[in-house]
Amino acid sequence: MKLDTAKLLQKRKKQILELWMKNQLVDFSLREDLMSNEELTVQSEELVNILLQSLNNGNLEDVQSASFEPLYEVLETISRSRAKMGYSPRETGTFVFSLKDALLNVLQQEFKNDPVLLLEESLKVSKLIDSLGIVTFETFIKGREEVILRQTDEIAEISTPVIRVWDGIVALPIIGTLDSSRTQVVMENLLQEIVATSSSIAILDISGVPAVDSLVAQHLIKTVSATRLMGAECIISGIRPEIAQTVVHLGIDLSGIVTKATLASALRYAFSLLQLEVRKLNLKTNQL
Amino acid sequence: MIVLSSDSMPIMKELDMVVFRNRLKEFAVKIGMSLVNQTKLITAASELSRNMLRYAGGGNVLIEIVNAQRQNGLRLTFSDTGPGIPDIDKAMKDGFSTGKSLGLGLPGAKRLVSDFDIKSTVGKGTTITIIKWKNG
Repeated sequence: MKLDTAKLLQKRKKQILELWMKNQLVDFSLREDLMSNEELTVQSEELVNILLQSLNNGNLEDVQSASFEPLYEVLETISRSRAKMGYSPRETGTFVFSLKDALLNVLQQEFKNDPVLLLEESLKVSKLIDSLGIVTFETFIKGREEVILRQTDEIAEISTPVIRVWDGIVALPIIGTLDSSRTQVVMENLLQEIVATSSSIAILDISGVPAVDSLVAQHLIKTVSATRLMGAECIISGIRPEIAQTVVHLGIDLSGIVTKATLASALRYAFSLLQLEVRKLNLKTNQL
Repeated sequence: MIVLSSDSMPIMKELDMVVFRNRLKEFAVKIGMSLVNQTKLITAASELSRNMLRYAGGGNVLIEIVNAQRQNGLRLTFSDTGPGIPDIDKAMKDGFSTGKSLGLGLPGAKRLVSDFDIKSTVGKGTTITIIKWKNG
């Protein structure tokens, strides 16, 4: 019986494809801005081909069997590329589930004289498409996660700018969570900039770091040590009151490091180290 | 103690910790915890979840809003099925670490919260429960 269905569907492949395309084209979630109709047709045709091929080789009752592997693979590729192109889950879901309508429609026409058989085969097809739907969502989310991971990397890269505040003073505002990989980037950037600008003072501002736990503290201590090895003094600024209390309770010893509450006071301290002074102009004496 | 609401989430990778911290912050804000206590709790949670990730390869954390003696608080339960801690007394000492960290995670976390309970069986896993009261 299963072979019959597979053969039958194979025979009416063209019709299935047409129906499916029609379903997709009338749906409001069609995204012509992301993919042209020709591309969509090619993609759909590929999926229908591989689906029918898998049905021929495999058993419709066992949707997890190895003969469906290639089908899942094709579906994964499509789903992943859609996630990257910016399709919504609904649009991707509709893509797969509208195929079910097309298949069921064909089955209905074929088996309209045998309701029992129709029900039986419809359930099987329905189950298959459901499992395809699950695979689609799994990979769709995986694809999205890849995008997020890539963006995380990018953010880590761009969010560590080293600023030259004064001759001989560089500052590095850290925003966001400081994890191991981030610290690596921060440290590299800072050390390189110290060499490039031949600075003698570096200010690490942690105003934008939400929480300082022992790992973050350890990373900070390491960065400070490395800066000192380069012959520069490192000041940590932007220690908020709640962070100060937490660090004390945690038992982290930062006494060997110069720390300041604000970037301004760190800069003032840096100026005093460089024997610089910032003061108001005395207008009277300066007027010509 | 009455549990008012709860949420459970897995911690399997470093990204999960960021999500978890944000979720925890939402809970803390919801019960009106002060900024200092929020920071303390989030830091302690961050220590414990990192331990779980580093030594047990991940685990699960349960966030609960609890109420006792007319006071609201957050209870966190970190459970993993990792190698377990052979000597809890030693692990709770400042500066002891089997990794290369500062060795302040467990004792520091204990100092940051109102209530700290640790249970560990070698080969079975570790469960740590902490409570931070709104004004505790």
